[in-house]
Amino acid sequence: MLNAILYTLAITMLGLSYVKNKSKTKMALRKAWKSFENILPQFLSILIIIGISLSVLSTETISLLIGEKSGWIGIMTAAVIGSITLIPGFIAFPLTAALLKSGAGLTQIAVFISTLMMVGLVTLPLEVKYFGRKVALLRNSLAFAFSFLVAFVIGGVLR
Amino acid sequence: MKDLFIRYRFFLLLVVVNIFLLFLKPDLGTKSISITWSNLVGMLTILPPIFIFLGLLDVWVERETMIKIMGENSGILGVFIAYFLGSAAVGPLYAAFPVAGVLLKKGCKFSNVLIFMGAWSTTKIPLLLFEASSMGTDFMLLRFALNIPGIALIAYFTAKMLSPKERAVIYQNAEQNVS
Repeated sequence: MLNAILYTLAITMLGLSYVKNKSKTKMALRKAWKSFENILPQFLSILIIIGISLSVLSTETISLLIGEKSGWIGIMTAAVIGSITLIPGFIAFPLTAALLKSGAGLTQIAVFISTLMMVGLVTLPLEVKYFGRKVALLRNSLAFAFSFLVAFVIGGVLR
Repeated sequence: MKDLFIRYRFFLLLVVVNIFLLFLKPDLGTKSISITWSNLVGMLTILPPIFIFLGLLDVWVERETMIKIMGENSGILGVFIAYFLGSAAVGPLYAAFPVAGVLLKKGCKFSNVLIFMGAWSTTKIPLLLFEASSMGTDFMLLRFALNIPGIALIAYFTAKMLSPKERAVIYQNAEQNVS
């Protein structure tokens, strides 16, 4: 559904652009391809790293590690797993909902969701490529710390 | 050809690692290949329109326009647009980096680019709806309410920590990444 909207928009805009100016549109497509090819090596590597790590870490292992009673160790574990893994939101939310039902703690789940979205250890090389080492490290460590704040508020308020 | 090999050498190494895994632990090997494959298919369906937008943005939006709406003197409007652009996005965070590269190249204010990335990472509108339906509306709203100021804090602090020289290097770099 979302993809359909996205593609319709992209094709419509491309069509409009083509009607207005053919050569500019060709240039846009060439730029699109060049920027894509520019990140392709890192991108493909990231996908394989995710594949290998997710095949080693099963859902059961994750839920064992970050259960309600896992306390501080569970929260840290959840934060680290969230920072490393790269699960698309549309897969992550059903997963976290399932984990909550099967005994994972709310604070642990909240820190996992927050780090999953804001912190990207695996994609760090790619981020460095665009923003340099300092910004990438700063942004990720601040987001990591911020995720704990979010988790404690959620864990405290919604318990 | 040789350049191509050098650029993809890390990827090729990982392919070899995965093939080894396939022989040593066939179940893990096949599982990781199927995860990689489904992620690849998923990403390859999302990425083309994003990169088409990126290309069109680069060709059609004048640098002057971008400076006006998101540049150094764009004020609160620029901040608002940054939040909106990021939240309206689809796709994983790493798809945001090239788009952020174009924004930098077009003269967007640095803290606004960081706000854009923050919004892209965690307040995407389609994802919020999905979050509410699977985690509950309270969970989603509370996280959203915390994230809005959080994104700004992270952005301004990161921007503050940069010297003018370091910032200039990043803007120069953006010119080369998107050419």
